[in-house]
Parts: sequence; structure tokens; C-alpha cells
Amino acid sequence: MGMGSDMYRQQILDHYKNPRNYGELEEATFSHAGENPMCGDEITIDVQLDEDEEVIERVAFRGDGCAISQASASMLSKELTGMTVEEMQELDRDDVIDLLGVDISPMRVKCAVLAEKVVQDGAEIYEGEKELEKTTTEEDD
Amino acid sequence: MGLQKSDALSPERIREDFPILQREFDGEQVVYLDNGATSQTPNQVIDAIADYYRNYNANVHRGIHQLSQEASEAYEEAHDTVAEFVGAEGREEMVFTKNTTEAENLVAYAWGLNELGPGDEIVLTEMEHHASLVTWQQIGERTGADVKYIPVTDEGYLDMDAAAELITDDTEMVSVLHVSNTLGTVNPVAELADIAHDHDSYIFVDGAQAVPNRPVDVKDIDADFYAFSAHKMLGPTGIGGLYGKADLLAELEPFQYGGGMIRKVSFDETTWHDVPWKFEAGTPLIAQGVGFAEAVEYLEDLGMDKIRRHEEALAEYALDRMAEFDDIEVYGPTDPTDRSGLVSFNLDNVHAHDLTSILNDSAVAIRAGDHCTQPLHDKLGVAASARASFYVYNTPEEIDKLIEAVDDARQLFA
Repeated sequence: MGMGSDMYRQQILDHYKNPRNYGELEEATFSHAGENPMCGDEITIDVQLDEDEEVIERVAFRGDGCAISQASASMLSKELTGMTVEEMQELDRDDVIDLLGVDISPMRVKCAVLAEKVVQDGAEIYEGEKELEKTTTEEDD
Repeated sequence: MGLQKSDALSPERIREDFPILQREFDGEQVVYLDNGATSQTPNQVIDAIADYYRNYNANVHRGIHQLSQEASEAYEEAHDTVAEFVGAEGREEMVFTKNTTEAENLVAYAWGLNELGPGDEIVLTEMEHHASLVTWQQIGERTGADVKYIPVTDEGYLDMDAAAELITDDTEMVSVLHVSNTLGTVNPVAELADIAHDHDSYIFVDGAQAVPNRPVDVKDIDADFYAFSAHKMLGPTGIGGLYGKADLLAELEPFQYGGGMIRKVSFDETTWHDVPWKFEAGTPLIAQGVGFAEAVEYLEDLGMDKIRRHEEALAEYALDRMAEFDDIEVYGPTDPTDRSGLVSFNLDNVHAHDLTSILNDSAVAIRAGDHCTQPLHDKLGVAASARASFYVYNTPEEIDKLIEAVDDARQLFA
């Protein structure tokens, strides 16, 4: 078997067919969407943080796309629960590929890391908005 | 029977000219069905390019020495060979560009930016490739000209009634695909040229998917401009042809400036060289030009009518095989004589990229994605599709392998 089918081990197919944490969070602290325009993979991730906004309490995602992108989102959603925002921001490409547990062919890496990128971008934008709000409030004072 | 035999291509014989088709991946011989993206290159073309570098490599047009004379002659004659292949007069109607996209940009910049303004209209089609769609969209934004699109019917044809209404006296340019790279549809470009000309509009035809697989005569079509790429017709990458009517090309402003495209330069002003050199600034695509001409000669030896029939037969066979399965959705016309040898499709519940990764295990190479037609895919309601595209060396047995490999994906995702 070549690399293609190796990518589609049972775990990947299971997460693709039965995605975990699929849906929306009503009390999301932040939500962010992203896509790979070339493939048409789309993912939206909702994240609910604890009161101090340091720890990820709940994650939900929804989307459409290839098995690699959707399974990656499903597996990442489990992994992120309980993680601090700081830890989440430190995740990189290799962590995601380790999580998937299969060799990802070079042309498919961007499918694998889409969910990671979406959640990290979403957190960054949220932090930025919080900062801005703080500055604006201070200025108003 | 003898007549019938010589009437058809012999892919088994042709394959001998293509060393790459002997490649194996994990013991499986490659099944190359991605010819719409790029075709493979026969020994004859590889040898012609190697012969140029080994024996007469020199810069063209400017050397007095023997090597430069030989290179210049070969490069200039390549224009004539390619021109005549599509029914043009000769080099005065054939510009070598980097590819079809650059040809589209050449006309868009040299003509569109200079001539268009608010109130003018550019008419494209909904099946347009990004090469034309994005280029004219930008020209529209910069000049204030409106861009309109001829709709595609559910059956994958251009809506010609709508075309007749969309093309008006305000239309200055109609830019259409001869053959859709996604649907395979062969568009009635001669009819569209008539409509365009009735309204004093120019027509640019993108023939990237047509010239490789059917006889094309730019004069019969009455195209004002007609573009295609060498690498989709057994030639090298990095070169394409832009046909333009001689008087239009003569009037057109240059697209790029520099050496080779000038006649006389002073500190204050410059006059331009003759067509086509006016449009080929800097050291041109000499080795590629030599390879391009060789590819054209190879295709002529095979016979373009035979190639068209071969493509239709493979398309028909692929459509028939795919029709055996309810979970395969095929896009484009169902009549194989209305389409070229490419079939875009989706397998239910399997994303085109997953499908293509799995096909790769069986050494079956096809394309997956939006094929540079995102708006058309939006209209089809899918983000991506898989595309098998055939050429002179492909066989029905290879389509069987494709169908088998698709079944592997079906089983895996079941």
C-alpha cells in the first residue's frame, strides 16, 4: 500500500464519519472560520473559555471538506479541551500530524493543519479585540 | 478492416515514445490521466530540445555568427509551424507567450487597458478559466468596463439565447473557452464569433483544451485572438501560442518592453519591431519554441482528426463506465461528441482530494480541486471535483484501472 491509503487508517475514517464535538456552542467565548480555497475545505470552530479566560472548557466545530481536514478538526477538538490557551497557541504542524497518527503526504498537510490554524487565528483575533477594548476603555477614562 | 485500423490511433505504439509512461510506483505502472493539466513529452520533443542545446544553442536575432543564424532560423520557423497548425498565415500572426494565461494578459494589457472605459462591456462565460476570468475582471476594475457572464445550462452547455442578448453594441470583447477544462464542453466558438462581430466586438478564444485534441482552424472560427499552451499538447512547459489577426497584432501596443522588440531606440523615443517580435521582449523562448514545433509535427503525423476521435471514444467509454455507478456524479454534457476527452466527477461521500490520494496508491494520476474554475464549481454546488483527462497514449484499459481504483476508495469510505 502506498501513502494514500496509509493516510486513511481506521482512526481517521472514524473521526471523519463520526465527528466528535460537531456543532455549535451557544456560549462560545470566540468563534472563527477558515478555509483552504484550493480544496474547498471549510471549518468553523467555537471555543468556550473558563472565567479567567485561560483554559479551554469546551470546543465545537462544524465544516465541510476532505477526510483529513475534518478528522483533524474532530481529533483536535478533543485534544484542546482542558488545554490552556497558551498551550494551544504553541501547537505546531508536527503536533497535529502526531495527533493524527499517520503520515500526511506533503500535498495534504494544509488540509491537516486547517483546524489548528483556525482555532489559533480565532484566539489571536479574540485577544487582539480584548486588548483594543482595554485600550479604548482606558482612553475613555 | 485495414482501412479502419489505419483510421484509428494506436496508443500502444505511441506509448513507446513516452519513457515516463513506463514509470512504476510500488510495482504499479503509472496510469497518467491528468493530461488536461499537462501532457507528457515524447522522445522526439525531448530530443529536439536536447539537440538545440547540444548543437546550435545561441541567442537569436542579434548574432551574425553561424550558431545564432541556426538558432534564429529554427526559432522563427517554429512560429510558422505552430501558426500553420492552427490555420494561421505564418509568423506575422503567431506570438509566442509563456502560456495561455500570458496570452490572455497580453491582449488584456495591450488592448484592454488602453481601449476600454466606463460603458464598455466585456462578455465572458460562467465556465471561464481563472486565466480569463480574473484577468478581465481586473481590466474591468481598472477601466470601469462591466464584465458579464454567459450562463451555463444544467446540461453543461453555454446558453446561446442568453449569449445573443448579453452581447450588445456596448460589448468590446468576448472572451470564451473553446473547450471547458472542467465540463469538457466544446463551445460553439464560430457562432459566438459571428455574434461578437455583428456588434463590432472582438473575440478572444482560449483554446488551451482544444488545440491539443481536435483540428482547429482560427480562420474558420474567425477568432480575433486565439491562445493555447504547448505543454498540454506534448510540448515543453513555458511556452504558448497567441494567434491574432495580422492587422490587429500590427496595430496593438506592445505588452512588455525591452530588447528584441524594438526597431530604433534613442534617448527620447523608441519604435517597435514587426509582429511577432514586437511582443517578445528580451531573449525569447528559443529552446521551448524548437520543442513546441516538434510537438506540433508529432501531432500532425498522428493526425488531428484521429486524435479527436480517439478522445471522443475514451470520453464515451469513461462516461459509460461511470454511469454503471449511482454514486458517481459526472459533470458536463452526456453526449461524447459534444465534449473533449476529459471527465470531471465526484464520488458520493468521498472528497475529491481523498479520492485522488487513494487513486495514487494504484498509480492512477488524476486531478482534484477546482480546476481554476471556482465560480463554476460554486454553480455546480461542489467545492471540488475529480477530473480524469485523456490523451493520445491512453487506453480503455487505463479507464478500467481508474474505475477499479475508485472502487477501492468507495470500499474504504463505506
